[in-house]
Amino acid sequence: MSTALQAELRNIPPVKLVLDGVTKTFRTKRAKVRALENVSLQVNEGEYVCLVGQSGCGKTTLLNVIAGLEKPDGGRVLVDGKPVSQPGRDRMVMFQETALFPWLDVMGNVLFGLKLKPNLTDNDRLEVAKFYLRMIGLDKFTHANIHELSGGMKQRVALARALAPNPRVLLMDEPFGALDALTREQLYGDVQAIWLKRRKTVVFVTHNVREAACLGDRVLLLAPEPGRVIEEFRIDLPRPRDINSVSLAEYSTAITRSLKGYSEDREVAE
Amino acid sequence: MKRVILAAGFFVLAILAWQLLVAANVWSAVLLPSPLSVARYLLGALADGSLLGAAWVTTRRLLAGYAIGLIIGLPLGLLTAQFQIFRDTIGLVALGLQTLPSICWVPLALLWLGQTESAMLFVVIMGSLWSVLIATETGVRTMPVIYVRAARTMGSRGMHTWLKVILPASLPFLVSGMKQGWAFAWRSLMAAEIYVTILTGFGLGQLLHYGRELHAMDQVIAVMLVIVLIGLLADKILFSPWERFLRRRWGLTA
Repeated sequence: MSTALQAELRNIPPVKLVLDGVTKTFRTKRAKVRALENVSLQVNEGEYVCLVGQSGCGKTTLLNVIAGLEKPDGGRVLVDGKPVSQPGRDRMVMFQETALFPWLDVMGNVLFGLKLKPNLTDNDRLEVAKFYLRMIGLDKFTHANIHELSGGMKQRVALARALAPNPRVLLMDEPFGALDALTREQLYGDVQAIWLKRRKTVVFVTHNVREAACLGDRVLLLAPEPGRVIEEFRIDLPRPRDINSVSLAEYSTAITRSLKGYSEDREVAE
Repeated sequence: MKRVILAAGFFVLAILAWQLLVAANVWSAVLLPSPLSVARYLLGALADGSLLGAAWVTTRRLLAGYAIGLIIGLPLGLLTAQFQIFRDTIGLVALGLQTLPSICWVPLALLWLGQTESAMLFVVIMGSLWSVLIATETGVRTMPVIYVRAARTMGSRGMHTWLKVILPASLPFLVSGMKQGWAFAWRSLMAAEIYVTILTGFGLGQLLHYGRELHAMDQVIAVMLVIVLIGLLADKILFSPWERFLRRRWGLTA
Protein backbone atom coordinates (compact mmCIF):
# COMPACT_ATOMS: atom_id res chain seq x y z
CA MET A 1 0.00 0.00 0.00
CA SER A 2 1.48 3.33 -1.01
CA THR A 3 2.05 6.09 1.51
CA ALA A 4 -0.28 8.39 -0.39
CA LEU A 5 -3.05 5.84 0.00
CA GLN A 6 -2.27 5.34 3.67
CA ALA A 7 -2.32 9.06 4.30
CA GLU A 8 -5.61 9.36 2.44
CA LEU A 9 -7.17 6.56 4.47
CA ARG A 10 -5.95 7.88 7.82
CA ASN A 11 -7.27 11.34 7.16
CA ILE A 12 -10.59 11.24 9.02
CA PRO A 13 -11.06 14.19 11.34
CA PRO A 14 -13.45 13.68 14.29
CA VAL A 15 -17.03 14.74 13.84
CA LYS A 16 -19.98 15.44 15.97
CA LEU A 17 -23.36 15.57 14.35
CA VAL A 18 -25.97 17.71 16.05
CA LEU A 19 -29.60 18.18 15.12
CA ASP A 20 -31.21 21.02 16.95
CA GLY A 21 -34.99 21.41 16.81
CA VAL A 22 -35.27 20.27 13.21
CA THR A 23 -38.74 20.71 11.72
CA LYS A 24 -39.85 19.83 8.21
CA THR A 25 -43.34 19.98 6.78
CA PHE A 26 -44.46 18.84 3.35
CA ARG A 27 -47.51 20.45 1.83
CA THR A 28 -49.44 18.63 -0.81
CA LYS A 29 -52.68 19.84 -2.35
CA ARG A 30 -54.78 17.80 -0.01
CA ALA A 31 -52.80 17.54 3.18
CA LYS A 32 -50.01 18.87 5.30
CA VAL A 33 -47.54 16.25 6.46
CA ARG A 34 -45.45 17.09 9.48
CA ALA A 35 -42.54 14.84 8.55
CA LEU A 36 -40.30 16.07 11.37
CA GLU A 37 -41.22 18.16 14.35
CA ASN A 38 -38.68 19.59 16.71
CA VAL A 39 -36.21 16.72 16.41
CA SER A 40 -33.03 17.13 18.41
CA LEU A 41 -30.32 14.53 18.64
CA GLN A 42 -26.61 14.11 18.77
CA VAL A 43 -24.36 11.56 17.15
CA ASN A 44 -20.83 11.19 18.44
CA GLU A 45 -17.64 10.59 16.54
CA GLY A 46 -17.49 7.02 15.33
CA GLU A 47 -20.91 6.18 16.63
CA TYR A 48 -23.34 3.93 14.79
CA VAL A 49 -26.87 5.20 15.25
CA CYS A 50 -29.92 3.48 13.84
CA LEU A 51 -33.23 5.23 13.21
CA VAL A 52 -36.19 2.87 13.39
CA GLY A 53 -39.86 3.46 12.83
CA GLN A 54 -42.79 2.55 10.66
CA SER A 55 -43.04 4.04 7.20
CA GLY A 56 -44.00 7.67 7.21
CA CYS A 57 -42.27 8.52 10.46
CA GLY A 58 -39.87 10.86 8.73
CA LYS A 59 -36.71 8.79 9.07
CA THR A 60 -35.74 9.17 5.42
CA THR A 61 -36.51 12.89 5.59
CA LEU A 62 -34.26 13.14 8.63
CA LEU A 63 -31.47 11.48 6.69
CA ASN A 64 -31.99 13.78 3.71
CA VAL A 65 -31.85 16.81 5.97
CA ILE A 66 -28.54 15.63 7.42
CA ALA A 67 -27.28 14.95 3.90
CA GLY A 68 -28.21 18.50 2.92
CA LEU A 69 -30.54 17.26 0.18
CA GLU A 70 -33.51 18.85 1.89
CA LYS A 71 -33.66 22.08 3.84
CA PRO A 72 -35.44 22.00 7.20
CA ASP A 73 -38.19 24.57 7.75
CA GLY A 74 -36.88 25.17 11.25
CA GLY A 75 -33.94 24.16 13.38
CA ARG A 76 -30.36 23.48 12.46
CA VAL A 77 -28.07 20.63 11.51
CA LEU A 78 -24.50 21.08 12.68
CA VAL A 79 -21.42 19.11 11.76
CA ASP A 80 -18.69 20.05 14.20
CA GLY A 81 -20.57 23.21 14.98
CA LYS A 82 -20.85 24.25 11.33
CA PRO A 83 -24.37 24.42 9.91
CA VAL A 84 -25.21 22.16 6.98
CA SER A 85 -26.68 24.00 4.02
CA GLN A 86 -26.02 21.67 1.10
CA PRO A 87 -24.72 18.19 0.33
CA GLY A 88 -21.05 17.69 1.02
CA ARG A 89 -18.42 15.05 0.63
CA ASP A 90 -18.08 14.79 4.41
CA ARG A 91 -21.53 13.18 4.48
CA MET A 92 -22.02 10.41 1.92
CA VAL A 93 -25.34 8.70 1.34
CA MET A 94 -26.08 5.10 0.48
CA PHE A 95 -29.58 5.13 -0.94
CA GLN A 96 -32.63 2.89 -0.72
CA GLU A 97 -32.52 1.98 -4.35
CA THR A 98 -28.97 1.40 -5.35
CA ALA A 99 -28.75 4.68 -7.27
CA LEU A 100 -25.69 3.30 -9.00
CA PHE A 101 -25.10 4.85 -12.41
CA PRO A 102 -25.92 2.31 -15.14
CA TRP A 103 -23.83 4.17 -17.73
CA LEU A 104 -20.65 3.50 -15.77
CA ASP A 105 -19.07 0.19 -14.86
CA VAL A 106 -18.28 -0.79 -11.26
CA MET A 107 -14.98 1.05 -11.27
CA GLY A 108 -16.53 4.12 -12.89
CA ASN A 109 -19.15 4.27 -10.17
CA VAL A 110 -16.63 4.04 -7.35
CA LEU A 111 -14.44 6.64 -9.06
CA PHE A 112 -17.29 9.11 -9.61
CA GLY A 113 -17.06 10.75 -6.21
CA LEU A 114 -13.29 10.41 -6.06
CA LYS A 115 -12.90 12.31 -9.32
CA LEU A 116 -14.68 15.24 -7.74
CA LYS A 117 -12.36 15.20 -4.76
CA PRO A 118 -9.50 17.65 -5.19
CA ASN A 119 -5.86 17.17 -4.21
CA LEU A 120 -5.58 13.59 -5.44
CA THR A 121 -3.71 12.36 -8.47
CA ASP A 122 -5.49 10.03 -10.88
CA ASN A 123 -3.23 7.29 -9.62
CA ASP A 124 -4.27 7.90 -6.02
CA ARG A 125 -7.90 7.80 -7.04
CA LEU A 126 -7.48 4.50 -8.83
CA GLU A 127 -5.65 3.05 -5.87
CA VAL A 128 -8.28 4.21 -3.38
CA ALA A 129 -11.06 2.79 -5.55
CA LYS A 130 -9.26 -0.54 -5.82
CA PHE A 131 -8.74 -0.57 -2.06
CA TYR A 132 -12.46 -0.26 -1.37
CA LEU A 133 -13.42 -2.74 -4.07
CA ARG A 134 -11.08 -5.21 -2.41
CA MET A 135 -12.58 -4.40 0.97
CA ILE A 136 -16.08 -5.29 -0.20
CA GLY A 137 -14.77 -8.32 -2.03
CA LEU A 138 -15.57 -7.19 -5.54
CA ASP A 139 -12.07 -6.64 -6.89
CA LYS A 140 -12.75 -9.31 -9.50
CA PHE A 141 -15.69 -7.30 -10.83
CA THR A 142 -13.94 -4.00 -11.45
CA HIS A 143 -15.18 -3.71 -14.99
CA ALA A 144 -18.50 -5.48 -14.67
CA ASN A 145 -21.61 -3.61 -15.75
CA ILE A 146 -24.12 -2.73 -13.08
CA HIS A 147 -26.95 -4.75 -14.64
CA GLU A 148 -24.83 -7.88 -14.44
CA LEU A 149 -24.57 -7.73 -10.64
CA SER A 150 -26.88 -9.35 -8.11
CA GLY A 151 -28.78 -7.18 -5.64
CA GLY A 152 -26.27 -7.83 -2.88
CA MET A 153 -23.31 -7.05 -5.12
CA LYS A 154 -24.97 -3.81 -6.22
CA GLN A 155 -25.32 -2.68 -2.63
CA ARG A 156 -21.70 -3.60 -1.98
CA VAL A 157 -20.67 -1.37 -4.86
CA ALA A 158 -22.93 1.37 -3.49
CA LEU A 159 -21.17 0.98 -0.15
CA ALA A 160 -17.76 1.21 -1.77
CA ARG A 161 -18.87 4.26 -3.73
CA ALA A 162 -20.06 5.95 -0.55
CA LEU A 163 -16.88 5.05 1.36
CA ALA A 164 -14.41 5.95 -1.37
CA PRO A 165 -14.33 9.75 -0.93
CA ASN A 166 -13.59 9.02 2.74
CA PRO A 167 -16.58 10.77 4.28
CA ARG A 168 -16.73 11.47 7.98
CA VAL A 169 -20.38 10.57 8.17
CA LEU A 170 -22.03 7.72 6.32
CA LEU A 171 -25.79 8.01 5.87
CA MET A 172 -27.50 4.75 4.98
CA ASP A 173 -31.12 4.76 3.90
CA GLU A 174 -32.57 1.24 4.19
CA PRO A 175 -29.70 -0.09 2.12
CA PHE A 176 -30.61 -3.75 2.60
CA GLY A 177 -34.39 -3.50 2.36
CA ALA A 178 -34.65 -5.09 -1.05
CA LEU A 179 -32.26 -7.99 -0.43
CA ASP A 180 -33.02 -11.58 0.49
CA ALA A 181 -32.37 -12.70 4.08
CA LEU A 182 -29.18 -14.64 3.39
CA THR A 183 -27.53 -11.86 1.42
CA ARG A 184 -28.59 -9.43 4.09
CA GLU A 185 -26.98 -11.44 6.87
CA GLN A 186 -23.77 -11.60 4.90
CA LEU A 187 -23.82 -7.85 4.50
CA TYR A 188 -24.41 -7.29 8.23
CA GLY A 189 -21.13 -9.07 8.80
CA ASP A 190 -19.39 -7.04 6.12
CA VAL A 191 -20.72 -3.71 7.32
CA GLN A 192 -19.64 -4.44 10.88
CA ALA A 193 -16.19 -5.49 9.76
CA ILE A 194 -15.80 -2.37 7.64
CA TRP A 195 -17.14 -0.16 10.38
CA LEU A 196 -14.70 -1.62 12.89
CA LYS A 197 -11.90 -1.01 10.42
CA ARG A 198 -12.83 2.46 9.19
CA ARG A 199 -14.73 3.87 12.20
CA LYS A 200 -17.14 6.08 10.35
CA THR A 201 -19.91 7.93 12.06
CA VAL A 202 -22.99 6.19 10.73
CA VAL A 203 -26.65 7.12 10.67
CA PHE A 204 -28.60 4.11 9.49
CA VAL A 205 -32.29 4.17 8.63
CA THR A 206 -34.31 0.96 8.67
CA HIS A 207 -37.72 -0.43 9.57
CA ASN A 208 -36.14 -3.71 10.58
CA VAL A 209 -35.75 -3.68 14.37
CA ARG A 210 -33.44 -6.68 14.51
CA GLU A 211 -31.19 -5.15 11.89
CA ALA A 212 -31.03 -1.94 13.92
CA ALA A 213 -30.15 -3.82 17.11
CA CYS A 214 -27.51 -5.80 15.26
CA LEU A 215 -25.73 -2.82 13.79
CA GLY A 216 -26.26 0.15 16.08
CA ASP A 217 -24.59 1.49 19.19
CA ARG A 218 -27.83 3.28 19.75
CA VAL A 219 -31.28 2.74 18.31
CA LEU A 220 -33.60 5.71 18.10
CA LEU A 221 -37.30 5.03 17.81
CA LEU A 222 -39.23 7.43 15.62
CA ALA A 223 -42.98 7.94 15.54
CA PRO A 224 -45.02 9.48 12.75
CA GLU A 225 -47.39 12.43 12.50
CA PRO A 226 -45.59 14.45 13.57
CA GLY A 227 -42.27 12.69 12.97
CA ARG A 228 -40.21 12.73 16.16
CA VAL A 229 -37.90 10.65 18.34
CA ILE A 230 -39.86 8.89 21.08
CA GLU A 231 -37.37 6.55 22.66
CA GLU A 232 -33.75 5.62 22.70
CA PHE A 233 -32.08 2.25 23.27
CA ARG A 234 -28.42 1.68 23.92
CA ILE A 235 -27.17 -1.66 22.61
CA ASP A 236 -24.36 -2.88 24.84
CA LEU A 237 -23.24 -5.95 22.98
CA PRO A 238 -19.74 -6.80 21.79
CA ARG A 239 -19.04 -6.81 18.07
CA PRO A 240 -19.18 -8.44 15.69
CA ARG A 241 -22.76 -9.29 16.52
CA ASP A 242 -24.73 -12.16 15.14
CA ILE A 243 -28.22 -11.20 14.02
CA ASN A 244 -29.54 -14.58 15.23
CA SER A 245 -28.06 -14.46 18.73
CA VAL A 246 -30.30 -14.66 21.78
CA SER A 247 -28.90 -11.61 23.53
CA LEU A 248 -29.64 -9.56 20.45
CA ALA A 249 -33.15 -10.96 20.34
CA GLU A 250 -33.76 -9.57 23.85
CA TYR A 251 -32.96 -6.09 22.64
CA SER A 252 -35.03 -6.34 19.53
CA THR A 253 -37.98 -7.72 21.52
CA ALA A 254 -37.79 -4.77 23.88
CA ILE A 255 -37.64 -2.30 21.01
CA THR A 256 -40.50 -4.00 19.18
CA ARG A 257 -42.61 -4.01 22.34
CA SER A 258 -42.05 -0.33 22.76
CA LEU A 259 -42.83 0.34 19.11
CA LYS A 260 -46.06 -1.67 19.30
CA GLY A 261 -47.07 -0.18 22.62
CA TYR A 262 -46.69 3.22 21.16
CA SER A 263 -48.79 2.60 18.08
CA GLU A 264 -51.53 0.92 20.20
CA ASP A 265 -51.65 3.95 22.49
CA ARG A 266 -52.09 6.04 19.47
CA GLU A 267 -54.92 3.93 18.10
CA VAL A 268 -56.72 4.10 21.47
CA ALA A 269 -56.22 7.83 21.60
CA GLU A 270 -57.65 8.23 18.14
CA MET B 1 -19.66 -17.23 -40.96
CA LYS B 2 -22.81 -19.26 -41.24
CA ARG B 3 -24.82 -16.06 -40.85
CA VAL B 4 -22.93 -14.42 -43.70
CA ILE B 5 -23.52 -17.36 -46.02
CA LEU B 6 -27.23 -17.49 -45.19
CA ALA B 7 -27.65 -13.75 -45.70
CA ALA B 8 -25.69 -13.83 -48.97
CA GLY B 9 -27.80 -16.78 -50.10
CA PHE B 10 -30.95 -14.81 -49.43
CA PHE B 11 -29.86 -11.89 -51.57
CA VAL B 12 -28.63 -14.10 -54.42
CA LEU B 13 -32.02 -15.84 -54.40
CA ALA B 14 -33.83 -12.51 -54.37
CA ILE B 15 -31.89 -11.32 -57.41
CA LEU B 16 -32.49 -14.64 -59.15
CA ALA B 17 -36.21 -14.35 -58.52
CA TRP B 18 -36.11 -10.85 -59.93
CA GLN B 19 -34.31 -12.10 -63.04
CA LEU B 20 -36.86 -14.91 -63.43
CA LEU B 21 -39.71 -12.42 -63.26
CA VAL B 22 -38.04 -10.35 -65.97
CA ALA B 23 -37.43 -13.45 -68.09
CA ALA B 24 -41.07 -14.50 -67.71
CA ASN B 25 -41.91 -11.26 -69.51
CA VAL B 26 -44.98 -10.51 -67.39
CA TRP B 27 -44.28 -6.79 -67.37
CA SER B 28 -42.59 -4.84 -70.12
CA ALA B 29 -38.88 -4.15 -69.71
CA VAL B 30 -39.72 -0.45 -69.45
CA LEU B 31 -41.48 -1.10 -66.16
CA LEU B 32 -39.26 -3.86 -64.79
CA PRO B 33 -35.66 -3.72 -65.96
CA SER B 34 -33.43 -6.72 -65.44
CA PRO B 35 -30.93 -6.78 -62.58
CA LEU B 36 -28.23 -6.66 -65.19
CA SER B 37 -29.41 -3.38 -66.73
CA VAL B 38 -29.69 -1.83 -63.26
CA ALA B 39 -26.16 -2.99 -62.53
CA ARG B 40 -25.04 -1.61 -65.89
CA TYR B 41 -26.54 1.79 -65.02
CA LEU B 42 -24.91 1.70 -61.59
CA LEU B 43 -21.49 0.94 -63.06
CA GLY B 44 -21.87 3.60 -65.73
CA ALA B 45 -23.03 6.24 -63.29
CA LEU B 46 -20.23 5.30 -60.93
CA ALA B 47 -17.71 5.57 -63.75
CA ASP B 48 -18.84 8.98 -65.00
CA GLY B 49 -19.05 10.24 -61.43
CA SER B 50 -22.68 11.36 -61.58
CA LEU B 51 -23.83 8.89 -58.93
CA LEU B 52 -21.04 9.57 -56.46
CA GLY B 53 -21.46 13.28 -57.04
CA ALA B 54 -25.17 13.13 -56.33
CA ALA B 55 -24.65 10.88 -53.30
CA TRP B 56 -22.09 13.32 -51.95
CA VAL B 57 -24.38 16.34 -52.46
CA THR B 58 -27.20 14.56 -50.66
CA THR B 59 -25.06 13.25 -47.82
CA ARG B 60 -23.49 16.65 -47.29
CA ARG B 61 -26.90 18.33 -47.07
CA LEU B 62 -28.13 15.64 -44.74
CA LEU B 63 -25.15 15.68 -42.39
CA ALA B 64 -25.02 19.47 -42.21
CA GLY B 65 -28.76 19.81 -41.62
CA TYR B 66 -28.83 16.99 -39.12
CA ALA B 67 -25.85 18.35 -37.22
CA ILE B 68 -27.50 21.76 -36.96
CA GLY B 69 -30.75 20.07 -35.89
CA LEU B 70 -28.85 18.29 -33.10
CA ILE B 71 -26.94 21.38 -32.03
CA ILE B 72 -30.17 23.33 -31.67
CA GLY B 73 -32.42 20.47 -30.55
CA LEU B 74 -30.32 19.06 -27.71
CA PRO B 75 -29.88 22.25 -25.67
CA LEU B 76 -33.47 23.31 -26.35
CA GLY B 77 -34.61 19.89 -25.14
CA LEU B 78 -32.55 20.28 -21.96
CA LEU B 79 -34.02 23.73 -21.35
CA THR B 80 -37.52 22.46 -22.01
CA ALA B 81 -37.04 19.66 -19.51
CA GLN B 82 -35.68 22.02 -16.90
CA PHE B 83 -37.87 25.12 -17.06
CA GLN B 84 -41.64 25.23 -16.98
CA ILE B 85 -41.73 28.35 -19.12
CA PHE B 86 -39.84 26.59 -21.92
CA ARG B 87 -42.12 23.59 -21.62
CA ASP B 88 -45.21 25.77 -22.01
CA THR B 89 -43.79 27.56 -25.04
CA ILE B 90 -41.05 25.80 -27.01
CA GLY B 91 -42.27 22.40 -25.83
CA LEU B 92 -45.73 23.02 -27.20
CA VAL B 93 -44.36 24.36 -30.48
CA ALA B 94 -42.13 21.30 -30.82
CA LEU B 95 -45.00 18.94 -30.15
CA GLY B 96 -47.10 20.65 -32.80
CA LEU B 97 -44.42 20.95 -35.44
CA GLN B 98 -43.27 17.38 -34.94
CA THR B 99 -46.60 16.22 -36.31
CA LEU B 100 -46.19 18.42 -39.39
CA PRO B 101 -44.87 16.29 -42.29
CA SER B 102 -41.59 17.97 -43.11
CA ILE B 103 -42.32 18.18 -46.84
CA CYS B 104 -44.81 20.87 -45.82
CA TRP B 105 -41.84 23.12 -45.06
CA VAL B 106 -40.70 23.08 -48.70
CA PRO B 107 -43.01 25.79 -50.11
CA LEU B 108 -42.11 28.08 -47.24
CA ALA B 109 -38.41 27.36 -47.59
CA LEU B 110 -38.50 28.10 -51.31
CA LEU B 111 -40.31 31.39 -50.86
CA TRP B 112 -38.06 32.52 -48.05
CA LEU B 113 -34.73 31.27 -49.25
CA GLY B 114 -35.19 30.68 -52.98
CA GLN B 115 -33.75 27.69 -54.80
CA THR B 116 -30.63 27.54 -52.69
CA GLU B 117 -28.73 25.12 -50.48
CA SER B 118 -30.09 27.06 -47.53
CA ALA B 119 -33.61 26.05 -48.48
CA MET B 120 -32.57 22.38 -48.47
CA LEU B 121 -30.79 22.75 -45.15
CA PHE B 122 -33.81 24.47 -43.70
CA VAL B 123 -36.06 21.57 -44.62
CA VAL B 124 -33.67 19.00 -43.14
CA ILE B 125 -33.28 21.00 -39.94
CA MET B 126 -37.03 21.34 -39.54
CA GLY B 127 -37.37 17.63 -40.19
CA SER B 128 -34.96 16.55 -37.46
CA LEU B 129 -34.99 19.32 -34.88
CA TRP B 130 -38.33 18.67 -33.21
CA SER B 131 -38.02 14.97 -32.63
CA VAL B 132 -34.51 15.45 -31.23
CA LEU B 133 -35.84 18.15 -28.93
CA ILE B 134 -38.76 16.06 -27.72
CA ALA B 135 -36.64 12.95 -27.18
CA THR B 136 -34.13 14.95 -25.15
CA GLU B 137 -36.85 16.43 -23.02
CA THR B 138 -38.48 13.04 -22.44
CA GLY B 139 -35.14 11.48 -21.60
CA VAL B 140 -34.26 14.08 -19.02
CA ARG B 141 -37.69 14.15 -17.45
CA THR B 142 -38.05 10.40 -17.10
CA MET B 143 -34.57 9.98 -15.68
CA PRO B 144 -34.71 8.78 -12.04
CA VAL B 145 -34.12 11.82 -9.80
CA ILE B 146 -32.11 9.62 -7.46
CA TYR B 147 -29.13 9.81 -9.85
CA VAL B 148 -28.95 13.57 -9.50
CA ARG B 149 -29.34 13.39 -5.72
CA ALA B 150 -26.61 10.77 -5.46
CA ALA B 151 -24.33 12.86 -7.65
CA ARG B 152 -24.98 15.94 -5.53
CA THR B 153 -23.93 14.14 -2.37
CA MET B 154 -20.68 13.25 -4.11
CA GLY B 155 -20.00 16.89 -4.86
CA SER B 156 -21.36 17.22 -8.39
CA ARG B 157 -22.86 20.63 -9.20
CA GLY B 158 -24.19 22.61 -12.16
CA MET B 159 -22.53 21.86 -15.48
CA HIS B 160 -20.82 18.76 -14.11
CA THR B 161 -24.20 17.30 -13.16
CA TRP B 162 -25.60 18.07 -16.61
CA LEU B 163 -22.69 16.60 -18.52
CA LYS B 164 -21.76 13.65 -16.31
CA VAL B 165 -25.13 12.61 -14.92
CA ILE B 166 -28.22 13.97 -16.65
CA LEU B 167 -27.02 13.52 -20.24
CA PRO B 168 -25.64 10.00 -19.83
CA ALA B 169 -28.66 9.00 -17.75
CA SER B 170 -30.93 10.07 -20.62
CA LEU B 171 -28.83 8.27 -23.21
CA PRO B 172 -31.36 5.56 -24.11
CA PHE B 173 -33.90 8.23 -25.00
CA LEU B 174 -31.33 10.44 -26.67
CA VAL B 175 -30.19 7.67 -28.99
CA SER B 176 -33.68 6.70 -30.04
CA GLY B 177 -34.57 10.37 -30.48
CA MET B 178 -31.48 11.00 -32.57
CA LYS B 179 -32.30 7.99 -34.67
CA GLN B 180 -35.82 9.19 -35.22
CA GLY B 181 -34.49 12.66 -36.03
CA TRP B 182 -32.15 11.11 -38.57
CA ALA B 183 -34.97 9.18 -40.20
CA PHE B 184 -37.11 12.30 -40.45
CA ALA B 185 -34.22 14.32 -41.84
CA TRP B 186 -33.54 11.69 -44.48
CA ARG B 187 -37.17 11.50 -45.54
CA SER B 188 -37.63 15.24 -45.69
CA LEU B 189 -34.48 15.73 -47.74
CA MET B 190 -35.49 13.09 -50.27
CA ALA B 191 -38.94 14.63 -50.58
CA ALA B 192 -37.43 18.08 -51.04
CA GLU B 193 -34.92 16.88 -53.63
CA ILE B 194 -37.54 15.12 -55.68
CA TYR B 195 -39.91 18.04 -55.39
CA VAL B 196 -37.60 20.89 -56.34
CA THR B 197 -34.48 21.18 -58.41
CA ILE B 198 -31.80 23.20 -56.73
CA LEU B 199 -29.25 24.46 -59.17
CA THR B 200 -26.41 24.52 -56.64
CA GLY B 201 -26.20 20.74 -56.57
CA PHE B 202 -27.83 17.62 -57.96
CA GLY B 203 -28.69 15.18 -55.20
CA LEU B 204 -29.95 11.61 -55.30
CA GLY B 205 -33.52 12.84 -55.16
CA GLN B 206 -33.01 14.80 -58.36
CA LEU B 207 -31.38 11.82 -60.01
CA LEU B 208 -34.42 9.79 -59.08
CA HIS B 209 -36.72 12.50 -60.39
CA TYR B 210 -34.94 12.63 -63.75
CA GLY B 211 -35.05 8.88 -63.96
CA ARG B 212 -38.81 9.18 -63.90
CA GLU B 213 -38.87 12.04 -66.42
CA LEU B 214 -36.75 10.01 -68.81
CA HIS B 215 -38.65 6.79 -68.15
CA ALA B 216 -35.31 5.29 -67.24
CA MET B 217 -36.52 2.58 -64.89
CA ASP B 218 -33.04 1.15 -64.43
CA GLN B 219 -31.94 4.55 -63.12
CA VAL B 220 -34.96 4.80 -60.79
CA ILE B 221 -34.34 1.41 -59.24
CA ALA B 222 -30.59 1.89 -59.04
CA VAL B 223 -30.93 5.24 -57.27
CA MET B 224 -33.47 3.76 -54.87
CA LEU B 225 -30.99 1.01 -54.08
CA VAL B 226 -28.30 3.60 -53.38
CA ILE B 227 -30.66 5.52 -51.08
CA VAL B 228 -31.41 2.35 -49.15
CA LEU B 229 -27.71 1.58 -48.93
CA ILE B 230 -26.87 5.01 -47.53
CA GLY B 231 -29.64 4.63 -44.96
CA LEU B 232 -28.26 1.25 -43.92
CA LEU B 233 -24.71 2.57 -43.73
CA ALA B 234 -25.78 5.54 -41.63
CA ASP B 235 -27.53 3.21 -39.23
CA LYS B 236 -24.48 0.98 -38.94
CA ILE B 237 -21.96 3.80 -38.62
CA LEU B 238 -23.87 6.40 -36.62
CA PHE B 239 -26.19 4.44 -34.37
CA SER B 240 -25.09 0.83 -34.05
CA PRO B 241 -22.12 1.68 -31.82
CA TRP B 242 -24.40 3.57 -29.42
CA GLU B 243 -26.96 0.83 -29.40
CA ARG B 244 -24.29 -1.77 -28.76
CA PHE B 245 -23.02 0.34 -25.88
CA LEU B 246 -26.52 0.61 -24.41
CA ARG B 247 -27.08 -3.12 -24.70
CA ARG B 248 -23.77 -3.99 -23.13
CA ARG B 249 -23.71 -1.39 -20.38
CA TRP B 250 -27.33 -0.98 -19.41
CA GLY B 251 -28.50 -4.42 -20.43
CA LEU B 252 -31.15 -2.80 -22.59
CA THR B 253 -32.58 -4.55 -25.59
CA ALA B 254 -33.17 -1.36 -27.52
